[in-house]
Amino acid sequence: MTRVVLNRRSLLAAGGSVLATGVLTSGVSGLLLPARAAGLAPTETMSGGANNYRKGAAIVERIGKGGFWMSGTVRRAGDGAPLAGQRIQIWAHTVEGQEHEPQSHGATLTDKDGKFRLEMPQIIPIFGQPHGHLAYDSGEFKTVFLRPVMRSAKETSLEAHFVLQPV
Amino acid sequence: MKGWRSARAILIWAALALAIGVPIAAAAASEQLAWRGPVYILAGFAGIIALGLVLVQPLLIGGYLPGLSAYRGRRAHHWIGGALAVAVVIHVAGLWFTSPPDMIDALTYASPTPFSPFGVTAMWAIFIVALLAALRRRLGLRLRTWRIVHIPLAIVIVAGSVVHCLLIEGTMETISKAALCALVLAVTVKVMIDLQVWRKRRTARGENVARQ
Repeated sequence: MTRVVLNRRSLLAAGGSVLATGVLTSGVSGLLLPARAAGLAPTETMSGGANNYRKGAAIVERIGKGGFWMSGTVRRAGDGAPLAGQRIQIWAHTVEGQEHEPQSHGATLTDKDGKFRLEMPQIIPIFGQPHGHLAYDSGEFKTVFLRPVMRSAKETSLEAHFVLQPV
Repeated sequence: MKGWRSARAILIWAALALAIGVPIAAAAASEQLAWRGPVYILAGFAGIIALGLVLVQPLLIGGYLPGLSAYRGRRAHHWIGGALAVAVVIHVAGLWFTSPPDMIDALTYASPTPFSPFGVTAMWAIFIVALLAALRRRLGLRLRTWRIVHIPLAIVIVAGSVVHCLLIEGTMETISKAALCALVLAVTVKVMIDLQVWRKRRTARGENVARQ
């Protein structure tokens, strides 16, 4: 019986500390904001997100020969409304070229639901992590650079989501 | 007796050659190499070789490699320390050439990759040790002072290199990489215990120091 009490106590303690750290670390934005209406926080630029960016990548049907899918959504901060027609630039180190090379870059537009999807060559690990780069920098909203990491180098798709803030 | 000793010597050297050679061979067979430029490949292998040298260093200073006198072991430790610094320079320079912004992020501790700060910290520890070792006589550092500086930095180098390497997803094959890292840790712990590095005393191996 002592065991059960001890377990419950440790469980409570653990749960309490998880809650405490949760509130402390994610603070206002993580836990409290979603409960409020019209509170969707804008996406922050990720560290290293802008690395090897090339300005003005062209809108393409597909980057290179394809085989890998980059997809995601673009929404407006605050009310979370989907943003149509937004230009998202995508680049990565793929089987067809390094990150900085022009053929590794391309752009696409979001559809009426704020969704985008661009086929590109398979992303491979570079600098120790298989990752892609995405940028929004069309000016209407604040510029955001993302750098999502694949869970495994074997995956053939990757997602990234933008919540943009008007300038 | 003599036969056993030479057989043991051959086994130890063969084990060392395998411990370093197998991870290098496995990385050389990686399919990732097909998508990399020559400079990036060179940078990667310089890093793998550097990890191999990090294994050799405690083996030399602990006197675990048969056929090397304590004096020659220490001389080799010195030269391999220099080679380690050169390998790290090639590693960093090659990565810088491959992707300057990623390397700048790493060197400024602003990188999104969790392994970078470990590698960069180990790099600085290696440079500090190499510089101080080169200047030891000129600075008039006594052996005891030198050890107080070198041993903590050696721990930083070993721990930093192992974590750096294990967290990277690259050309190295997972099992041979983990085995090399485990060996580096095990040999480092063994040499620390054997030489009782935490004890403040002149030396456990008086005859070695007497010849310094």
